[in-house]
Amino acid sequence: MKATIRTAGDVRIVDLDGKITIGGGDVQLRQLIEESLGAGQNKLLLNLKGVSHVDSAGIGEMVGCYTTVTRRGGRMKLENLPPKINDLLTVTQLITVFDVFDNEAEAVASFSK
Amino acid sequence: MLYFARMAKEAQLQLLSRYENIELAEHVLVELAVDASFEEETLYWVGMALREAIANAIKHGNKLNPDKRVFIRMAIEGGGRLEIAVEDEGDGFDAAALADPTIPENILRESGRGIFYMRHFMDEVRFSPSGRGGTRVELVKSVLKGRST
Repeated sequence: MKATIRTAGDVRIVDLDGKITIGGGDVQLRQLIEESLGAGQNKLLLNLKGVSHVDSAGIGEMVGCYTTVTRRGGRMKLENLPPKINDLLTVTQLITVFDVFDNEAEAVASFSK
Repeated sequence: MLYFARMAKEAQLQLLSRYENIELAEHVLVELAVDASFEEETLYWVGMALREAIANAIKHGNKLNPDKRVFIRMAIEGGGRLEIAVEDEGDGFDAAALADPTIPENILRESGRGIFYMRHFMDEVRFSPSGRGGTRVELVKSVLKGRST
């Protein structure tokens, strides 16, 4: 998995590419989120546009990151879900947990509400 | 160790318990699918189920012991029926004890979705004790175009 970090105001946008799967991207994702929180960035937007594969470990890490960020008073949202990742979140009802956006400007603006 | 016979549309692998070997198994599945008229969508989800089965064997079955092996057989039988069997060398496992990851008290758990996904994307998923003392999981999917979900 490759991650590129951008900012839009006080929102940290993380562009993810590749696989978020067991033994690889899952651990990286956790580290990225911990680093962001450690740097005082707790408004996080994960851009999943470039993610080709996510497995149950990757989904589990996304859930873990979401609960960690929320517990620490921040918010983590998702944008540009590929259809297959949308399917994985839907069948496990997690789509009801995450705030998901197709438009980045709307996603960034939602952190101010 | 790898045995692969395209004519028979069957592949057998013995992999050491390392996550990077999951990629190898998925690559073999893709090779096996070349002549079998898999829908791309079907292959994606079967590949995911295979990955989940092997990850479980490595993590929960073999407890990440790199000297323990995972045994995999993939075969396309008559009528476009794909059969996959994954066996570990662990201590066994009770599939009936699994919690439903979709109910509210479990929805934010970080683990427990792998077998749910296997069951969702495959036609049949069966667990049994393997002859090696561990767990055997069998995955079945109808893969002919127009017959898969």
